Amino acid sequence: MSETADWPLYEIFIRARGGLDHKHVGSVHAADATMAVEHARDVYTRRLEGVSIWVVRSSDIVASDPAESDALFEPARDKIYRHPTFYDIPKEVETL
Amino acid sequence: MSALTPEAAARVAPDVRVCHLLRIADTSLVLAQRLGEWVGHAPAIEEDLGLANTSLDLLGQARLLLSHAGELEGRGRDEDALAFLRDEADYVNATLAEQLNGDFGDTIVRQFLLDAYQLELYERLVVSADRRLAEIAAKAVKETRYHLRFSSGWLVRLGDGTAESHARVQASLDRLWPYTRELFDADSVDREIAAAGIGPDVGVLAEAWSRRVDGVLQQATLRRPADTPFHWYGKRGQHSEHLGYLLADLQYLQRAHPGARW
Repeated sequence: MSETADWPLYEIFIRARGGLDHKHVGSVHAADATMAVEHARDVYTRRLEGVSIWVVRSSDIVASDPAESDALFEPARDKIYRHPTFYDIPKEVETL
Repeated sequence: MSALTPEAAARVAPDVRVCHLLRIADTSLVLAQRLGEWVGHAPAIEEDLGLANTSLDLLGQARLLLSHAGELEGRGRDEDALAFLRDEADYVNATLAEQLNGDFGDTIVRQFLLDAYQLELYERLVVSADRRLAEIAAKAVKETRYHLRFSSGWLVRLGDGTAESHARVQASLDRLWPYTRELFDADSVDREIAAAGIGPDVGVLAEAWSRRVDGVLQQATLRRPADTPFHWYGKRGQHSEHLGYLLADLQYLQRAHPGARW
């Protein structure tokens, strides 16, 4: 199976049902995007997991740097007032 | 195939109907077994799963068709008895289905030629006068559309790929092409089935298959081989040397331990 080293990696996103969003489920190797969709169908939807597939070249994903986690995410830790938990919700409002 | 009634189908002798069903079922079963041999050996794990998925679809079709044939036959044989306890000469699959996997290109060519055939066949069987067969075809036609998409996709990639992949897949096509003649060589069973509206006219099927195959071959930059006077009649139980070994594998457990279950 060493030949697949030549095939780029694609990240796979599956929508489980209409109305839901596409969720990342894993990745496949494929020669191009068309083949990636077929591989994703064969690998990730064998048990009725989805109704729609997105594929994207893994190399096209720009990720945050784990080394910068402190700067990026720590400042949010002590700002609990950003959670909407300090409001009295009127009884009349059933779904909020 | 005109819109005939189940009564017209019922007038056809059961052994003719059973033979017709077994030809379709055995072709699916034998091809499923062949594709199963790829598991763990395909060029990539994704292809491994793709071939296994196709194999399982075909096995599912064979099970439904064999059960239906067993009921029509009325001799108490179920799908398992028909799959595991029939000898080589009683198998009536297309000879093409039993041909060896060879390299990936050989497998793709065999798959493509049979996928195109099964798609044209199932698309017509959905209006069969045999209601049960029509139901089975309605399920199978969706699966087969995907099988053909998979195999034609690869045929185009290999045919229109590198010089080596082109030469090798053209050689596979030249080698396997003669086995397709049998599919369109109508005999008395085919004619009786068509007259009763149970199955399509074989001539119509041949034309539709030919058009579909030509379209993909052109995309794949492959040359359609010339038809040669070459006849195999797997559909009458006259097989190539490969089927016996395949059945030995397929049937070993039930032959060695009759009635074994788990």
